[in-house]
Amino acid sequence: MKLLPLTLKSAWNRRLSLSLTVLSIAISIMLLLGVDQVRKEAKRNFINTISKTDLIVGARSGPVNLLLYSVFRIGNATNNVSWESFEKLSSLKQVKWAIPLSLGDSHRGYRVLGTNTDYFKYYRFGGDRQLEFAEGGIFSHVYQVVLGADVAASLGYRLEDNIVVSHGLSSASFANHDDKPFRVIGILKKTGTPLDRTLHVPLEGISAIHSDWKSGTRSPLHLNAQQALKMDLIPKEITAFMLGLKNRIATFRVQRQINEFDEEPLLAIVPGATLSELWRLLSHFEVILLAISTLVLVAGLIGMLTTIISSLNERRREMAILRAIGAHPYHIILLFMMETLIIVSLGIVLGIFLLYLLMFSVNPLLTEWTGLTLQIQAPDMQQWLLLAVIMSAGVLVSLVPGLIAYRHSLQDGLMPRL
Amino acid sequence: MTEAVISLNNLQFTWPRSSQPVLSIEQLHVNPGEHLFIQGKSGSGKTTLLNLLTGINQPDSGQLSVLGFDLPAMSSIRRDSFRADHLGVIFQQFNLLPFLSIVDNVMLPCRFSKRRRDKAGNLEQAAKQMLDELQISENLRQRNVMDLSVGQQQRVAVARALIGNPEIVIADEPTSALDTENRDNFVDLLFRRANEHGSTLIFVSHDQHLFNHFQHSIHLDDVNLAIATSAE
Repeated sequence: MKLLPLTLKSAWNRRLSLSLTVLSIAISIMLLLGVDQVRKEAKRNFINTISKTDLIVGARSGPVNLLLYSVFRIGNATNNVSWESFEKLSSLKQVKWAIPLSLGDSHRGYRVLGTNTDYFKYYRFGGDRQLEFAEGGIFSHVYQVVLGADVAASLGYRLEDNIVVSHGLSSASFANHDDKPFRVIGILKKTGTPLDRTLHVPLEGISAIHSDWKSGTRSPLHLNAQQALKMDLIPKEITAFMLGLKNRIATFRVQRQINEFDEEPLLAIVPGATLSELWRLLSHFEVILLAISTLVLVAGLIGMLTTIISSLNERRREMAILRAIGAHPYHIILLFMMETLIIVSLGIVLGIFLLYLLMFSVNPLLTEWTGLTLQIQAPDMQQWLLLAVIMSAGVLVSLVPGLIAYRHSLQDGLMPRL
Repeated sequence: MTEAVISLNNLQFTWPRSSQPVLSIEQLHVNPGEHLFIQGKSGSGKTTLLNLLTGINQPDSGQLSVLGFDLPAMSSIRRDSFRADHLGVIFQQFNLLPFLSIVDNVMLPCRFSKRRRDKAGNLEQAAKQMLDELQISENLRQRNVMDLSVGQQQRVAVARALIGNPEIVIADEPTSALDTENRDNFVDLLFRRANEHGSTLIFVSHDQHLFNHFQHSIHLDDVNLAIATSAE
């Protein structure tokens, strides 16, 4: 223990450069743990984009593709599902609720989803969070629309505004359903899911705006909004539908039943399983993030090494004095190892402190801007392990100046060659 | 005749990767309490001799006994402890650690030697008393080490070398950074303190003028056969 006070006093003498070193290590620790935390949170939020839905059913294609267009509003369905199939399957005895989804139109780049009021009742995300309204409420009329939070915020829509839906998905579409505008009746609260970028209209609304269209163009037979209401507005087909079962145990049986449905080629997926599959596709991204923050840490350690090594020459006299007084060469190594250990420990403590400070202060803003919440937790087992590895790396790194000083002190004896 | 404090016979030392020995001494004996002046110009092997006497380097051959310890037979760690326990060392200059207080600098050897710690008794009191004797006043002691004059620093170094009464004090050119007046004062002071503590003093310098202060003195050039033979 006789060396500890010496180490501390010697380090205190060089406190400016050493505190900068501590800071750079703290920042790299903060980054590394922060990236890890965000990565885990991102995964949790992603997997929770949709929950409590047991099956999603669409025309037969790939499971990831079905998930992408039905939940993430990315890409297009290759085929539709007939209304008869939807009716038949949603009346299976195991089914508790069924929500039809009809996609295909857009408004200024945002997707328009035709659905029914059950959507607002049964859709869950983020574990067990229900859709909530920031303003207004659920649609009750054909020409009404409920906006996702981002749509309302970025396009500046308020309640009672009128919105014209474009035919197709291109934001530059010239084919507008401008004769049948929708009135904003509700605006949803931020969810942090693709729902924020969606406009929700009744399924009948989708039918109504297409009542005088045929094969993607306006037919010469023109119907105004009021006339369209008198038509049969039950759709002939929908894009996909979501099923909630009375008992989740039945999930796989119903899934097989739908996949083997012989009137139409359909595909049923379990959202959780397909989300995990999709996340694995995206996981290269997290590997890159981790790699970058590891490199930042390596840079931090090298910075520490540089600081300590550059002080070696001016400390040569110090070492010679200690040697003359009777210090063993291994005392000299120990002196450097203790110094490094102190720097790395302080860096870790400060880094964790900064990380949690940042997370606590950013969390409210994050929820406001993205609808995501960070679940702030103490570092998990894996992260403690990571810190232990960093600590060991610090000790290993400290051997470098330690051994150089050791060699100096053997060469110099009592007379440092300066 | 009393047992010699330092005794060396047929001592030879060669640096690694060198074919010529730098030091070759047939015989040298130092008696307890003696003040020995070793004069030698640079390159005469002064530093090498001190590294051998302090157990930092090992001779190639010959006998080297300090205080009855057979240094070449001891492990390097035991030689380091031996140095901590029995030797006080004063350098040319920059003897002190700048990040320690003056009193802490004086107490430093006792961190590495239990023997000297025990002999010194109350460490802080012992250090302060020694500093008083060396005219480093209470007032001066509050200062930063680097704010002392070179002469004051050398006096603190004497206190550090003598704390815990080591048997031998080794001074390596301790006066070379001092002017003549300070030099003479310093040598007198060192003699007095060494006598009071009963320490044997080995004083190494290139400075001819110090010759007459000492009863015992040797020219390393004469004693070191490695120099003599290479000069011929």
